[in-house]
Amino acid sequence: MPFNSQTVLIVAAILFALGLVGVLTRKNIIFILISVEIMLNAAGLAFVAAGMRWGQPDGQIMFLFVLAMAAAEVSVGLALVLQAHHQYRSLDIDQMKALKDEVPG
Amino acid sequence: MNNLIALIPAFPFLGFLLLFLIGRQLPKPFIAWIGAGTVCAAAVLVLLLGIQFLQAPPADGAYTQTLWQWLSTGHFSCAFRFRIDALSLVFVFVITFVGALIHLYSVAFMKEDRDYARFFASMNLFVFAMLVLVMADNLLLLYLGWEGVGLCSYLLIGFWYETPANCRAANKAFYITRIGDTAMAIGLFLLFKELGTLTIPDILNASPTHFQQGASNTTLIALLLLAGGMGKSAQLPLQTWLPDAMAGPSPVSALIHAATMVTAGVYLIARMHVVFQLSPLAMAATAVVGGLTLLVAGFSAMVQTDIKRILAYSTISQIGYMFLALGVGAWSAAIFHFFTHAFFKALLFLAAGVVIESLHHEHNIFRMGGLKNRLPLVFKTFLAGAAALAALPFVSSGFYSKDQILWYTWSAGGGSPVLWMLGISGALITAFYTARLVIVVFYGEMKTPVSTYPAKLMTVPLVILAVLSVVAGFVEWPHNILHLSLFSELVQKVLPATILRTGIPSEIVFQGIAILLTLTGIYSGYYLYYRNTHVIGQWQQKPAFVAVRNFFFSGWGFDRLYNTVFVKPFVWMTDLNKTDFFDQINKGLASGSRQLNRWFSYSQNGSLRWYVAGVLVGVLFILTLQLFV
Repeated sequence: MPFNSQTVLIVAAILFALGLVGVLTRKNIIFILISVEIMLNAAGLAFVAAGMRWGQPDGQIMFLFVLAMAAAEVSVGLALVLQAHHQYRSLDIDQMKALKDEVPG
Repeated sequence: MNNLIALIPAFPFLGFLLLFLIGRQLPKPFIAWIGAGTVCAAAVLVLLLGIQFLQAPPADGAYTQTLWQWLSTGHFSCAFRFRIDALSLVFVFVITFVGALIHLYSVAFMKEDRDYARFFASMNLFVFAMLVLVMADNLLLLYLGWEGVGLCSYLLIGFWYETPANCRAANKAFYITRIGDTAMAIGLFLLFKELGTLTIPDILNASPTHFQQGASNTTLIALLLLAGGMGKSAQLPLQTWLPDAMAGPSPVSALIHAATMVTAGVYLIARMHVVFQLSPLAMAATAVVGGLTLLVAGFSAMVQTDIKRILAYSTISQIGYMFLALGVGAWSAAIFHFFTHAFFKALLFLAAGVVIESLHHEHNIFRMGGLKNRLPLVFKTFLAGAAALAALPFVSSGFYSKDQILWYTWSAGGGSPVLWMLGISGALITAFYTARLVIVVFYGEMKTPVSTYPAKLMTVPLVILAVLSVVAGFVEWPHNILHLSLFSELVQKVLPATILRTGIPSEIVFQGIAILLTLTGIYSGYYLYYRNTHVIGQWQQKPAFVAVRNFFFSGWGFDRLYNTVFVKPFVWMTDLNKTDFFDQINKGLASGSRQLNRWFSYSQNGSLRWYVAGVLVGVLFILTLQLFV
């Protein structure tokens, strides 16, 4: 099968855009986390494709790093989600605005 | 003895520290012991020192003691060093001795005042600063004392600070003397620039070789120093602060504004006599300033009604005589007049203080009168002081010192008939207003009853000063009468002898004219205010007479002039800038950032998706920049 890195990069870009749109539009925190995972994987796919293109192992090593980081991030993220649910009895991101700044008079 | 001279200023300074730190907690007798005791101790020390100085003069003509190195940077070094030579000795003696008497008097005079400790603390600090001024070995230390006495003068004029007028008087004295002080500081800078040193003996040694006779830089330095002296010594045109300075308690007027501080200018010029001798213009300026001041102040003293203001104007006038003498090159005569003036003017102020207190704080001499029999001791002592002020021939110290000055204003190297005319008309006026003062206050009918009589502690200093006012002149006689010139022999160890011109009429002629005019002045005072009092009443009907009288009464309108020329334009300018333009720039910066903060606060809305969008916009922005730049 002929390898065309451009096609793979386009797929990765589409995946990344999908993830981004998910982060921007979703209200549920779980879905936001999943969208972040999709973006991470899109970045990973781009790394792998780039490694293939130059015939170097660096891209695949980077993907392993991204994977490890994503695993750590998800564990922390899910713990935060649990806490948030405990506090707010909801997973709606729009209800969590405690860090809003008071506009001075 | 060399190691003891620092103790002289140390005593009053110790007194100041004690009273300043714990004075409030101490009982009044204790405060009095510390305040007066320290100055008396200094006076005793000075007496011992003076006896030793006269019996066995030190080899180089001065006692010196170095306490520590004060400053040392680059080529400039300055030690905290005291030096007493013959000139300093005269000043130190007057400061501590008259100061001690005035402190003793104040113990009783200020008895009822609640700020007893503050009074004595300031007085002790003053004595300390004045001693530093006259004992300083270098001009920087002298300047320290110079500013120190200015500060104490300010504190003591405004001593009764609850009256706004007293605070205004204190401020006025401070501002006006500051003009002179600034000029003097510039003079010191120039002197240092020229000679590279501020040590007084070095300056006196180096000046004749470094400066040229009459060169413009010498003249400039001498004139700046003269301006410093004019401010401190209340000479024309900086004299307006002294009459208002009478707002302070009477002992303050006696010590600071008659006997010691106001003569600091005389000391400065005598100290720097080498520099002045190199500049004929500065010498002439000194003489003219003195001559004009003595007349202007004399005319003002003639018409004042406040007893202390009369004495204030007469002080200005007498210091004018000293400047006149300095200017014509009669150095020792100026110092001699300072010496006698300190006694009789301190006496007059102290006696005036007793009179004022006895009459329920009445200052107006026309509401006094007839006190001759009620306060006989005060009358006799006041008479002794007044005789010295009027220069009554032979029986008063003022005669010997003033006669010498008048003779030298014609005969000395810098003298001229015009200066002599100024001096001699001043003598006539002085005699007149002194006679007027004595007659109006002590003769005639009593207008205000005497309420209190002075305590013993107040009369004893009066008697001592009265004796001194009579006998202090006997140390120096006119040359044609008796060859006794102890005083000029003493100070001429430091100051040059007066050079006489040739072809001058005999001295006896001048003495005769001076005596005649003095007696005329006294008689006209007696005639107008005792024998034929209705003459004055007739004159007061004439508008021209009243106009002239009001002109003199206001001190020749100097206050009004300065008010229009300096104060009002300044107030007008500050009024224009009421909103303070430069503040507006800073305020604009502050309000601008506050507005930005308000705007950006809207972006901090707590919405996660909003932040993500922000990050996205930022990333896109940077990427776009990367693409196109």
